[in-house]
Formats: sequence, structure tokens, C-alpha cells
Amino acid sequence: MSQINRIDGGLIDQEKPVSFTFNGQLLQGYEGDTLASALLANNKHLVGRSFKYHRPRGILTAGSEEPNAIMEVGSGAYKEPNTRATVTKLYKGLYAKSQNHRGPLEFDFMAVTDFFSPLLSAGFYYKTFMWPKAFWEKVYEPAIRNSAGLGTLSKEADPDTYDKGFRYCDILIIGAGATGLSAAITAAQSGAKVILADEDFVMGGRLNSETNEIDGLPGSEWAIKTVAKLSAMDNVTLMTDTTVFGAYDHGIYGAIENRDVEARADKDKPRQVNWRIYTKRTILCAGATERSIAFGNNDRPGIMLASAVRTYLNRFAVSVGQRVSVYTNNDDGWKTAKDLFNKGVNVVAIVDSRSIEPVMRVAGAQIFMGTDVVGTKGRRAIKSIKLSNGKTIETDTLAVSGGWNPNLHLTCHHRGVPKWNEELATFVPDSSAPVGMSIAGRAKGTMVLADAIVEGHNQGSAVAAELGYKASNSDPASTPIVAYNISAQWSVPSGNNRAWVDFQNDVTAKDIKLANQEGFRSVEHVKRYTTLGMATDQGKTANVLAIGIMAENMEQTMEETGTTIFRPPYAPVAMGAFAGRRRGMEFYPTRYTPSHKWSAKQDAIFVEVGMWYRSQWFPKPGETHWRQSVDREVKQTRSSVGICDVTTLGKIDLKGIDVSEFLNRIYVNAFAKVPVGKTRYGLMLREDGMAMDDGTTARLSENHFVMTTTTANAVSVYRHMQFCHQCLWPDLDVHMISVTEQYAQYAVAGPNSRKLLQKIVDPEYDISNEAFAFMAAGEITVCGGIPARLFRISFSGELAYEIAVLTRYGDSLMRVLMEVGEEFDAIPYGTEALGVMRVEKGHAAGPELNGQTSAYDLGMGGMVSGKKDFIGYTLGLREDLQRDDRLQMVGFKPVNKNDLIDKGYSLAGAHLLGLRDDATTENDQGWISSSVYSPMLGCYIGLGFIKGGQNRKGECVRAVDLVRGSDVEVEICSPHFFDPEGERLRV
Amino acid sequence: MIINHPLLGPRDSEEFVYLGSADLIDRPDWESRTVADDFHQYQYIRENIAGDNRELWYHEQGDQSWLLVTRNTLTHEIINVELAQDVSRSMGRGK
Repeated sequence: MSQINRIDGGLIDQEKPVSFTFNGQLLQGYEGDTLASALLANNKHLVGRSFKYHRPRGILTAGSEEPNAIMEVGSGAYKEPNTRATVTKLYKGLYAKSQNHRGPLEFDFMAVTDFFSPLLSAGFYYKTFMWPKAFWEKVYEPAIRNSAGLGTLSKEADPDTYDKGFRYCDILIIGAGATGLSAAITAAQSGAKVILADEDFVMGGRLNSETNEIDGLPGSEWAIKTVAKLSAMDNVTLMTDTTVFGAYDHGIYGAIENRDVEARADKDKPRQVNWRIYTKRTILCAGATERSIAFGNNDRPGIMLASAVRTYLNRFAVSVGQRVSVYTNNDDGWKTAKDLFNKGVNVVAIVDSRSIEPVMRVAGAQIFMGTDVVGTKGRRAIKSIKLSNGKTIETDTLAVSGGWNPNLHLTCHHRGVPKWNEELATFVPDSSAPVGMSIAGRAKGTMVLADAIVEGHNQGSAVAAELGYKASNSDPASTPIVAYNISAQWSVPSGNNRAWVDFQNDVTAKDIKLANQEGFRSVEHVKRYTTLGMATDQGKTANVLAIGIMAENMEQTMEETGTTIFRPPYAPVAMGAFAGRRRGMEFYPTRYTPSHKWSAKQDAIFVEVGMWYRSQWFPKPGETHWRQSVDREVKQTRSSVGICDVTTLGKIDLKGIDVSEFLNRIYVNAFAKVPVGKTRYGLMLREDGMAMDDGTTARLSENHFVMTTTTANAVSVYRHMQFCHQCLWPDLDVHMISVTEQYAQYAVAGPNSRKLLQKIVDPEYDISNEAFAFMAAGEITVCGGIPARLFRISFSGELAYEIAVLTRYGDSLMRVLMEVGEEFDAIPYGTEALGVMRVEKGHAAGPELNGQTSAYDLGMGGMVSGKKDFIGYTLGLREDLQRDDRLQMVGFKPVNKNDLIDKGYSLAGAHLLGLRDDATTENDQGWISSSVYSPMLGCYIGLGFIKGGQNRKGECVRAVDLVRGSDVEVEICSPHFFDPEGERLRV
Repeated sequence: MIINHPLLGPRDSEEFVYLGSADLIDRPDWESRTVADDFHQYQYIRENIAGDNRELWYHEQGDQSWLLVTRNTLTHEIINVELAQDVSRSMGRGK
């Protein structure tokens, strides 16, 4: 039978059926349904099993606060667990499965845990799994993990896309119920730029669920009319299906727009959009959420919040039962009885805990005042209720209202604390809302609709006026005044029957009592001990009820008991929405060097260096191991010529009459008198005396310098230099700009490098050894007039140059260099060969400039000037940094040259010990920071740090690598392994 | 957060990099008699202020200005934003 609970009317389109699948069964709903309303229309009350006890659970609410009706929606990689059926818009082909049961939903094998419930009380885990200790890893943890968690993950990558968006407005109005719509209209009419956001896919809030009359129209029609008016205004942006989940600093709000239906129809569309909304003012009109009452077995399918019963009835045209009872402690519960009666549904009983006159008469309904529900029967669906007067009433649905809690969460995101309101029996916002936020309507505790509308209306114009807009002088919409009276009722004594407070985490009134008895008195401690309010619903229906129970247990006021801290997000947000498009290769930008295309054609292997892709090596046909390529590249460079793209080095262009003085203050060595046309190596320290970065700086003309930094520190060095200039010496005439991306730069290294370059450098520039000596720098032209910069600097230790051209010439320069280099068998080399050659030459790089090494540790103490102030000078002189037994950088080579060669790995990471010392932490003397196979020396070599190393050359120590299991005797030596006198680079 | 850049107007704090206390502007004189102490204070000793804190932010994704932002660490209210180089000059720093 199809949709047996469906009645006429509602705000759905009964002309448009929508088919969907629940637990393998094909069902039908209508356009405008939620998954929950469609399930109820098909009389599916049992929709899941509870977390701990696997109790049968039904739909409790009709909104985002739902604790029970959470299911897996979608299949395959699209599957998402813990999706709230109450806010899932129904679409054709929607595929849903209930979760947290083994075997079919109706006969969950895990339901046996319910019978062990006396053992599973608050703090169960803390008390039970303490002993025997050895059981934890093998027995307890796997068992707990197996039964923990709701729903299952697809374990596939999320195939959906998520977007981020930014919006700006004068006034953000959160919630498009009667209050929000009233506020939006007056704010918009004043001319202010307004965004109105609502979590529902239809605006109107509770107006769609109730039978109010506003300005002579049914509430839902007034809402449609008002929304139409707003959407016709250019200064208004309407955002449906958008949950504002967080209030951040300075009027910034986070919001998630759900676009599931659109994404299912077109997979190129984002599934969710994570909006950042910049506001000048915000009016929170988020309404209120109904709470339950804790009585025995109050969690059976068919027991729902009274307001949800009305929503399903009025909005979705679903009668959730045929014989309905109502249990309430306030006037609002009676509305449910009235609405049901008006739609022809039998109301069998109205039970009100207050000893007052009945609020109204409802034909056919027995009325019990001053009476409570103390128990229920019916395992998979409620069958009867038992009252405190001893009577039992047969019923198929129980509508419960424990009163309304303002949705004040966002008012507390800046640590605001709500205050207790006795008359409303709930917490209301106090004055500590985030700056710029005002609150109106039921979110503020204004429970009477007529008052809420006026409040929204007034605040809309008042806030607009504060921003300088002319207030509109329209009248607020009018609606009859309906009183809201309540008398708090938290829990009902229910004997041995458990009374649920937090449905999703299975926390009962008894658990709270136990926690209180065991000494957990702070609300924050009770929360963590019992897991109350810690499920995906964050206790929206549970928390205030729990605080009420705690206050009773401890005989203190609600104010004294207090609330837990509210933090964003208000509702669950998918991780994908925070990631947005930043996934996989888009996690951060990819930077390609100018020679990338050419290198890719040569089958280069690329390595990520920061965001850059650099060629690591260039395999030639027949080379099957990376070492073959790297060894060849090193040998070929050292014997003829090799070319390496070094564009990724940071490049900073400096101009001004004080640049040399500025450089003098940021480098340890003297820079004041660098001649024009010369390059100088410089070492930069942090203010604490530790090495920060190194590089070369060339003086191109009197007041023009160009600096290089390491690839990794390009950004931070530039930032540091800006700090030094702007904060420390603002009047130095220095102007700098990063030109890393503006220039392509290649190292041309090897004995034939000059000959190669002479073929492209225009003839008017003499680059002979006499005219362009080691460390020379100059602006030249190449290939018939292309401007270039040439630096005779060498990282490889060979006769070498670096040549820079504007980036747009970078690709063709690489091709030209290779073309003219053919006669020398020029080869391209990658970062591996670069690394091998720098270790052979003993140049410190990233592994050595590790933030813990001073200039002295690096063997560069001799460079440090004593005649000037520079960053790091004073603190670098501290006694401890000058001690002889510090870890100092030196070279290491195996005593037996063949060591490790058969193993195929280097000394990198090995720790250094005395020859007779055991490999213990106490005996540790240092470590190898960089190690490579040197094809020139025919053995592995390394750079590393060892205590007092600079005075221990010639001594032998153990290099022990416990991870890979090697133990090699190495000799401490100079780090300059190859051509220690540097003769090759000066020829 | 939004930082009201003195030259560029309100900008999201995501565009900035945070450094720390504005005391870093006041770099000691290297020739002072108490230079070791001065630099120790300068480099390591910081007040952990609960209230208005003067701190340095760098507009890295913008115009590369260093800004001196006075921010209440309890409320995140930003009370004042100045160009660090103006402050540095007003403190007598120059060349």
C-alpha cells in the first residue's frame, strides 16, 4: 500500500510523485517532501537503531535537531552516513539505508546489548576496560571499534565537488520564519543590502507547520507573498537550504548551502557551498527547538515531538497515526491536539503535567490535568502509554512537548553565556552576543508570534537605521495573540524503566543521576562522562532537559547548573566543504619551471620542492636505476658541461642608495664594499644567532643588487627583509621586490660551460676568464639582443655560470642551450645530481640549515664580521653558541670504501658513536644530515654534525643506522671532498 | 578577522601573516653596555597580555606592508591599525 498516512493538502505537490528506496524497498513520496515525511507517509516509523543499546528508534523531530532518523544516503562512493532524514529533501532515486544494526532493521542482532544495559551505564568504558591491562590492544579496543560509530563509510574518495563562496552584506538575517521575514522586509525597504538565509529548502519557518493567520492569510501564504516581495528587490539575496553554522570575528559568518538535489542531477555541480558571509550587522531569527520530557521508555518509535507532529500534518499532509495522544507541560502541546482534530485525526488523550484548567476541549479526547506519562509499551512501535494515575491508554502515536528552547547557539559562539528565564522555563540569550548581532523572535525568547513579528519588524528598521539607511515606516504584519504558558517538567519518576534524555548517544536520566552521585557536578564534566550532547545532533533536543535533571539531582538552580559552551558548527558540516576545491593536485598551487615542458619531453622524473615541480633526474634509454642517471649526470657535468634549471631559487631585486648598507646588516659577512659587477656569497642569521638562509647577491650597478635565496626560504627571507626595512630601519633608501617568477635561471656548469655560453652570448660581451672572473656578474644580451643576467657562481664546484632571462624566454633558452651544447655532449641534470655535487663540495643546504645551527657550527665562523651590527650578531656571541663541543658540521667517509655499496643506501640519518660505544641515546655524538654516493670518489660520503667535529678530523667513529640495520666505521674529514682547493671553478 | 589596512581598507586576516609583539620594532643598540641583556629581553621575554596587545602583521597576500595592529586578545576587537614604518619612525628609528 502506498502512502497510507497521506492526507489531503499540505505544502507538497501531490501531483508530482517522487520514487525513492529505503532499505531496499521502493517507496513513493511527493515533491516537497523530506525523506522523513515520505517515510512517515508510508507508515515507516522505525527508521534506525540507537547507538549503544540498539533500541528501535523512530523519527522524533521534523528539523535539523533530529537525533534518531539519521541514515546512510546514497550508494557506493556517494554514500554518506549520519544524514538527517528530517532535512533531506526528497529527490527521485534517493537511496537510503537505516544504520547501526546487524541483520535487518526489525531484528537487529546487536539489540541484545539492551538487556545488558545495567552494565552499560555512564562511565562504562572508564570502569570496565581498565583491567587486565594486556587486554586493551587485542580484545577491548577491536571490540569497541567494531561496535562504535554510527553508519559506515564508503571508504572511497568522495566523488562530489564542494565549493567555497564569499558574500557581503549590510545585514545578514539568519532564519526566514515570521520574525526573519518581518525583519528582512523592513531592512530591505530601507535600502540596506540584505541576505536572508534559512536552513530549510522552503522559507517560512514554523509558519509552514502551523495554522496561524497573518494579515488575513494563512501563515504559509503570507510567507510566500513576503518572500516574493523580497526576491523582487535588488538589494536582497535569499539563501534557502543554507545553514549559518558559525559566528566568527568581526561580523564574519560561516554558512553551508546544501545543493544535493542539483548535484545528483548534474555531477559537475557542487554538492555543497561553504559560504563566508561578511556582514556589518546580523539579526538572529533562528526560532526555537522543542524539547522532550524524560519518562519511562520515552524513546519508542511513534513517540514524537508535538511540534513535529504538526509539521508532518500541516506541511507534509501526513497523519503520523490514527489514535494520537499528547503529553505536554505547556500550552503549545495543545495546538497539536487541535490541529489533529481539525484534520479529522482521532486524539485519544491529552495529558498535561500542570494542575490547571484544561487549555481547550477537544472532542473525543480524554483530558488528564496534573498527570504525567510514566511508561510506554510496544517494542517496535508504541502501543500504549501508562499514566501517573494508573490508567493505561491505547495509542499509536504520542506527541510530546516539554517546552521550547530558543536557538541561541550563534549568540554564544564568542563565549556568551545564556541566562535562565523562569517564566519560559528555558535559557535565553543574554547581552553577550557577538558584536553586531541582535536577536529577535523566539530565538530571543519572544514566544508569542504576534510579538515576534513586531520585534523582527522593529529590529529590521532599527539596525538599518544604525547603518545610516532611512527606516521604512510600514506597519508590522498582524496576527492574533496566542499565549504560551509553561511549567517546567524535566523528568518523571519511572521506576525501573529508563527515561531517555539524549536519544542519539543513549543517555538516560539515570545515567545523569549516576554521574552526579559519583561526583561529577560540573555540567561540562557530566557531558564528557556520560557523552551527553556529544553526538552529531550536539544534544539540541537533549541538553536543556539534562540540565534540568542535573539541577533537580543536585538541588540547585538552573542558573547555578549552567550550560556547556556552544561552539561552531551549529550543524554538522562535511569535511569536503571545508576543503572545497583544494583536493589532490589542487591542494595548493602547482608551480612549473620554465623548462618544464622541455624536461617532460625528456622523460624527466619530477620531484615536488615546496610548490615547485623540479626535474630530479633525466633517465636515458637503458638506464634502469636512478643512480645510473644521476652518476652519469654528475660525471658528464664534471667532465664537460651540464645544465640545471635553478629558477626556483628566490630572487629579490633591490634598488636604492642604501642597499649595500642594508645587506651589510642582514648578512653576517661584509657587503658594504661589494664592487659593481661582482657577486658575493652571504649567510643570513636569525636574531637568535642561528643560520636562517644563504645565497648570493650580485651588484649590477651602484644602487642595484639582485639576491638569491634558497628555494624553500624564498618567501620567509623576503618577509624578513621587509620586516628589517619597515620596522627596524625605515629610512634606509631601499626598495625591494621579489622577482622569483619574473626570471628563468639556469646553472651552466662544467669545464665546457664557458665555451658553450660563448656560442650564445652576444659578441660585444667578453666572458673570458680575464674579463669575467670567478664571482663576476653582469647584464648582457644573448642570441642577438635578448637581455640576460650572467653570474659566474658555482654550486657544483666546477667552472660554472648562472644565466637569467625574463621568464618568457626561459623555455627557448633551455632548448638553445641544449642545442648549442650538442658538440660538448651537454646534458641536463636534476636536483639529485645537484645534491651529489654540493655534498662533494661540502656546501650546507636545507638539512644543515635546520634552525639549530650557528655560523660557527657550519664551519663559517670565519665569515662572521666582528666590525658591524647585523641581525643575529649579539645573540650569536653567546657563550654557549661558541663552545668547542657543540655539534659541528664536518664530512664523513667510510673507512672501507665499499661499505654500503652492496646495500644501495647512504649514510643519511645514521647516528654517530665512539668506536667502542654501545648504540644508546646516552652515547649519541651526532648524526649524518646529508649523504650521497659520490661517483667521483667511488664511495658514499656524508655531511653531518658531531660534537667538536672541527677539531676531530682524522678520527674514526661508528655511523649506526638502527632503522636500516647498518653499522659503518667512518672517518671524520673536511666536508670539502672534491677539489678542496677550488681550482676547478677559477679556470 | 578583518584588519582595516591604513592604505587598502578592510582586508580579511587570511591575507596576513602574524609575527608577534610590536616590541620587536624596538631593536636594541648593539653597542650599549647592557647589550647582552637587552637582546635577551628583546628576543625572548614577552608579556602575555590579556587585553590590548600591540602586534605585528604582514600583508603578505597584499601590498607587503608590515602593520602594527592593536588587538584585544580577549575580544579580538581591533582598536587601531598603523603602518609599522610610521610607528618605527615615531619611535626615533630611522636609518
